[in-house]
Amino acid sequence: MKKTYKIDVDCANCANKMEDAAKKTTGVKDATVNFMTLKMIVEFEDGQDPKTVMQEVRKNCKKVEDDCEIFL
Amino acid sequence: MSKKQKKMLIRILVAAALMILLPFLPLKGYLEFALFMVPYLVIGYDILIKAGKGIRNRQVFDENFLMAVATLGAILLRDYKEGVAVMLFYQVGELFQSYAVGKSRRNISDLMDIRPDYANVEIDGKLEQVDPDEVEIGTTIIVQPGEKVPIDGVILEGKTSLNTSALTGESLPREAAEGDEVISGCINMTGLLRIRTTKEFGESTVSKILELVENSSSRKSRSENFISRFARIYTPAVCYGALALAVLPPLVRLLFLGLSPEWGDWIYRALTFLVISCPCALVISIPLSFFAGIGGASKEGVLVKGSNYLETLSQTKLVVFDKTGTMTQGVFEVSGVHHSSMEDKKLLEYAALAESASSHPISKSLQRAYGEPLDRSRVSDIEEISGNGVTAKVDSRLVAAGNAKLMRRLGVNYQECHHVGTVVHIAIDGAYAGHILISDVIKPHAKQAIANLKKSGVTRTIMLTGDMKKVADQVAAELGIDEVHSELLPADKVAKVEELLAGKGPKEKLAFVGDGINDAPVLSRADIGIAMGAMGSDAAIEAADIVLMDDDPLKIAKAIRISRKCLRIVYENIYFAIGVKLFCLALGALGIANMWMAIFADVGVMVIAVLNAIRALFVKNL
Repeated sequence: MKKTYKIDVDCANCANKMEDAAKKTTGVKDATVNFMTLKMIVEFEDGQDPKTVMQEVRKNCKKVEDDCEIFL
Repeated sequence: MSKKQKKMLIRILVAAALMILLPFLPLKGYLEFALFMVPYLVIGYDILIKAGKGIRNRQVFDENFLMAVATLGAILLRDYKEGVAVMLFYQVGELFQSYAVGKSRRNISDLMDIRPDYANVEIDGKLEQVDPDEVEIGTTIIVQPGEKVPIDGVILEGKTSLNTSALTGESLPREAAEGDEVISGCINMTGLLRIRTTKEFGESTVSKILELVENSSSRKSRSENFISRFARIYTPAVCYGALALAVLPPLVRLLFLGLSPEWGDWIYRALTFLVISCPCALVISIPLSFFAGIGGASKEGVLVKGSNYLETLSQTKLVVFDKTGTMTQGVFEVSGVHHSSMEDKKLLEYAALAESASSHPISKSLQRAYGEPLDRSRVSDIEEISGNGVTAKVDSRLVAAGNAKLMRRLGVNYQECHHVGTVVHIAIDGAYAGHILISDVIKPHAKQAIANLKKSGVTRTIMLTGDMKKVADQVAAELGIDEVHSELLPADKVAKVEELLAGKGPKEKLAFVGDGINDAPVLSRADIGIAMGAMGSDAAIEAADIVLMDDDPLKIAKAIRISRKCLRIVYENIYFAIGVKLFCLALGALGIANMWMAIFADVGVMVIAVLNAIRALFVKNL
């Protein structure tokens, strides 16, 4: 399952870091962050609940880049 | 400017003013330090806070951390002015970047401003504006002059010119009347339209296009992946370099050369390194270039599904075409009346009347060419001779219309046609009256399109068609296409494309251009599938990597040129940014570049790279 989330982040490298962080989160099969359109597309592994996984993704992203936001 | 940006601008102005004033005061010692800390904290407090959080989260190569170390280091070395200046310029750079990116984001979304805000629905005789999402299939909507068509549908009532330029880049308006299909995103220019919707908003053309464009830069190109990998290595590498620069030379001087270690000087050089280690100029300029390139292309009616496709398109050397519908109109039209013993129009009239009972495409094109309503009562005794043609009585004269076989069968002396196409011979009362040539018409810009492709660096053009060899060869010769493969079944086309893919060099990419109707397997097999004339056709939008909204073949060369320009900018930015950074690192290590130069280089590179990237948006005159 794929879902798109709006994000807010100020620099392009931070967006790349968020992408890495999201990819490493358990339950996430793949993730892409598009800095230009400020969107994060997350593909979840089967049987994962997007809501709980996204909480983790958000936490991990905050860790690598404090000044970011994912609108869940 | 957003609120955040305005606040930053004020901080920058305050800090800059203090920076200019402070050196005029006769300050010494702790007082100087204390006063310089004022602008430093004004401009850099958020960086320091973020750096602190970064350390807590073990993000050592975070750029906030790097900036904090570099500036605090400078302050410890008592270069107060430098410490403040580096922080100041860093923030100026960040502000510029966020402003430029925000601006181009808005520019590009303005370009794609095709989203309709409302639909007019008649409720109890009154017009009401409703959200297009809420309109069900089969609802009658009303579109007034000047409004966008919000949802795909069929015109029930009204006649108008539609401006399709937002979708196709084509500035000539399109005429539409009752019974015609209209697609969402067009602007109704002249008349009031009543439209019965045939799709939901989410399935309408405009939604599909917006979705496609919005997701496009998520498919990342090799250059983008390269740069994010590079950034991941670059920053740590420069940081370790800085550490080595701070420690090794002084130790060598002290232990082996017996010189004074000059710690301060080497640490200063190391701090210069840290200033240059921020990868943001690199990382921002590449996706921004692609984003601008894709935005510019969509303005021209060329939809690109991802940066990776733009990249592949720029390396296209082989272009393979489908014939019917791509290079030709795909509709059969009367292209000539030859050896007629009477007026051409009269001959057409007889032929059209004789064939009036048939629904064959040939008879349709005869009727179209004649162009006037047919009076069927003038026709009687219609007899179809399968595989030959028809004979009928028209105005009590015996008209025979058909191929050469029919003429031989009737014993009529006929003239061969040396043009390519389907020939309808006519005999009236047993005497030969001439023939009508019906052929698929080549698109007006097709020849120019092939010439433009050659000019844009395409080395081979190949046409694949299921049509007869004679027809295919003639079309190819007329257009100047290098190779033709004719009489192919759909499966043969795939096989042929695979053969071509195997035979080309690894750096040469193959693009297939089709009208998307039955080309889906070939479109997906080619390196790049280009569907044209795709307005309103979901299947084509689905199967292709690049979609040309109208069916003008000139757009193929245009798309290639847009991609080349975009990629040129991408490479310029990569080489320029990496080049300047490495150059500054070298100067910094030698002690020639001070921190001022380093931060200027860093911010300057970013400004130039961002401005260069925005150039990709301008594609009108390519």
